[in-house]
Amino acid sequence: MDVEILSRLQFAFTIAFHYIYPPLSIGLGVALVVFEGMYLRTKDKHWEQLTRFWIRIFALIFGIGVATGIVMEFEFGTNWAAYSRYVGDIFGSALAAEGVFAFALESTFLGVLLFGWNKVSPRVHFFSTVMVTLGSMFSAIWIVVANSWQQTPAGFKVVGEGMTARAEITDFWAMVFNPSSVDRIMHVWIGAFLAGTFLVLSVHAYYILKDRFVEQSKKAFGVILVIATISALAQLVSGHGSANGVAVNQPAKLASFEGHYDSLAVADMYLFGWVDDATQKVTGVKVPKGLTFLIHQDFTTPVIGLNAFDKNDRPGLVNFVFQTYHLMIAIGMFLIGLTLLSLFLWWRGKLFNQRWLMILFSFSVLLPQIGNQVGWYSAEVGRQPWVVYGLLRTSDALSENVRAEQVLFSLILFTLLYAILFALFIYLLNKKIQHGLDFSGTETSKHEKNIKL
Amino acid sequence: METFLTIELGTWMFLVIGAVFSGYAILDGFDLGAGTIHLFLKKEESRRIALNAIGPVWDGNEVWLVIGGGTLFAGFPKVYATLLSSFYIPFILFLVLLILRAIAIEFRSKEPMLWWRKLWDIVYSFSSTMIGFTLGVVLGNVVLGIAIDENMIYKGGLLDIFNPYALLTGLTVVALFALHGSVYLVMKTKDRLSDRLVNISKTAGMFFTICYVLLSIATLVYVPHAAEDFKETPILFGIPVVTLLLLLNERWLIEKKKYWLAFLSSATLTALLLVTIAIGLFPNILISNIDSAYSLTIDNSAASQKSLGIILTFVLIGAPLVLLYTLFLFRTFKGKVELDDMSY
Ligand code: HEM
Repeated sequence: MDVEILSRLQFAFTIAFHYIYPPLSIGLGVALVVFEGMYLRTKDKHWEQLTRFWIRIFALIFGIGVATGIVMEFEFGTNWAAYSRYVGDIFGSALAAEGVFAFALESTFLGVLLFGWNKVSPRVHFFSTVMVTLGSMFSAIWIVVANSWQQTPAGFKVVGEGMTARAEITDFWAMVFNPSSVDRIMHVWIGAFLAGTFLVLSVHAYYILKDRFVEQSKKAFGVILVIATISALAQLVSGHGSANGVAVNQPAKLASFEGHYDSLAVADMYLFGWVDDATQKVTGVKVPKGLTFLIHQDFTTPVIGLNAFDKNDRPGLVNFVFQTYHLMIAIGMFLIGLTLLSLFLWWRGKLFNQRWLMILFSFSVLLPQIGNQVGWYSAEVGRQPWVVYGLLRTSDALSENVRAEQVLFSLILFTLLYAILFALFIYLLNKKIQHGLDFSGTETSKHEKNIKL
Repeated sequence: METFLTIELGTWMFLVIGAVFSGYAILDGFDLGAGTIHLFLKKEESRRIALNAIGPVWDGNEVWLVIGGGTLFAGFPKVYATLLSSFYIPFILFLVLLILRAIAIEFRSKEPMLWWRKLWDIVYSFSSTMIGFTLGVVLGNVVLGIAIDENMIYKGGLLDIFNPYALLTGLTVVALFALHGSVYLVMKTKDRLSDRLVNISKTAGMFFTICYVLLSIATLVYVPHAAEDFKETPILFGIPVVTLLLLLNERWLIEKKKYWLAFLSSATLTALLLVTIAIGLFPNILISNIDSAYSLTIDNSAASQKSLGIILTFVLIGAPLVLLYTLFLFRTFKGKVELDDMSY
């Protein structure tokens, strides 16, 4: 395999793995703010137990997020040196802003959040929780801004030619508010809320099924269900906004989302299907003229198709983009149905008796996770062959001196390391969940008994 | 070229990056050093206390690395690209070690079995040590200069990176961190554990002194541009003298039980080492040993003036905030470590 494929695989793998954690941190942060806020207002022990339980889970997730996040920052330089030179002037300010404002904020207050329960007043602790959550949301802003700039570059000029060409910033705010930034920040935030809230819902559904901590779990489930429902609905709205933006700014990507080739034809929208790139045919269930309607609000205007682009200027893996995109939307729709139904049952006071629903919720944590993953796959693979849309090709972005064996070596290393990390993560997460909300005999003091000091 | 307070923006950026990396070395330096000496603490309770002494801060300390990387990327994208791609394998190993270390810290106390804790203790200590070592190796190469051609592309091989001079720099950094870390732990512990750590810090101090003297000699012999600097500005000979005086002073402060001041001394030592290197490099950042015309300098590798202006504005607003957060954190957790139910 060549360096390009290996480097892409490595980046994709490391960032996909990383992306399991930050959305959970953001979403759990919101849940923690709610729990701890309720505790401060009501002084009810249950909310305290919930807060402290979820802080432990949060600690585990946050730690892995930080550890795996540094990798990408370095990979820009190690594997994508040409890219780093090209975008450094632009990316630099976004990354620096993230580091200075967001990351420092979250990591500092994290110490208080995790270790300060007995050291600071409840208000200061609550403040720290809020700061950590805000900090992680700010991080998301800057990093999505940087990514959005690659999708829809703005506020720059290209200086130099060939090997030495690079983008220089001309207008900071135009760079920050490039055409896709706002839409995508919203979409990523809401995706994170879904990831976090569904983790909470699934754990508490599990407790209700097992008849443990039932009272606490019902309280937690109720408030978090409200947030999850709002998020699920908002995600549809925000995704629709994103799609309209893609139609204007990255027509080849939009065409890949729906496997649409012919620019003279009105475009259909598929519920599901299969794209054969060779014959340019899609087989599946469709809403005729659906895409045309969504984009143009009529049934007659054609939508730019893939054939409008040279083979070298459009994504190669059309079916992959199509499938991942449709899976994301299917999950979005399912989550809307699930939360609305549950909210209704909750209102009627019947929710927690529905065993099947509780079982469904126990597993539902996977859905937003998958949604977030495939959402990114479709957005990033749909952007190919460009790493900076229309300006820099992925194949021109590599480090000139790095060879395939080296990347293979590092890819294997990361794979092994992350396999261990993931196994440990699941193991400990499960352990904490099994341990539950009971803090009379705490984990550590129990350990103490097992160890001869 | 735009200026701020009569100094060019590129130079400011160089100073800022130097300051951030010094901050990183001082802060993460002590928790990495605590890792290096971890296995010399034999009792389970001592090890837990040592871990919890760095518990609330190690993560925040690592942030300085992220900020350092970010500012280097932002300020000198070409340096960032060449530096990281040239040292591909060392940086990958560095990342793997960082993650292993985080895993070890997070997971060691989560299971009571002795073999489990022993295993993670070894991983923790090994990775902490090797992180400092790898950074030192990279630093040593930066001082020596590396084989970069006219297109800023590295032409050397993997083995060139692990040359004796760089290895010695690596050892020196490990020793320095071990000293710094053990003094930090002395400060955070009491009674017999504290006494034990005092002894460890003495050993680390000796180890560092030896490495430092050897490294200074090696620098004069093997690094011609550094030797020249020293010839031209003899006052630079003051630096090793000050370093050795600081070392003696630190030893004395420990004897006098002025641990906080002793900690400040080793922090100063750490900063001094980096300042020395920065002075030696300026105005170069990455020196080419193929032809000095290919070297990456402040002028030929900085980001655009506009971008530098933006980043420096962020730093101006952000730096006091970061300091404030850090002080707040250290205040909250000041004093000796007590184990409680939120501990590792
Ligand atoms: C409900 C219907 C949904 C629609 C119409 C929709 C639409 C879109 C569109 C058009 C993009 C590409 C944006 C771009 O490339 O600029 C996208 C990306 C993405 N989607 Fe969705 N989405 C939906 C649901 C979801 C759900 C439920 C999740 C996860 C919980 C999710 C997570 C993501 C992520 C993480 C990305 C990549 C980041 C980005 O480009 O914004 N989406 N979505």
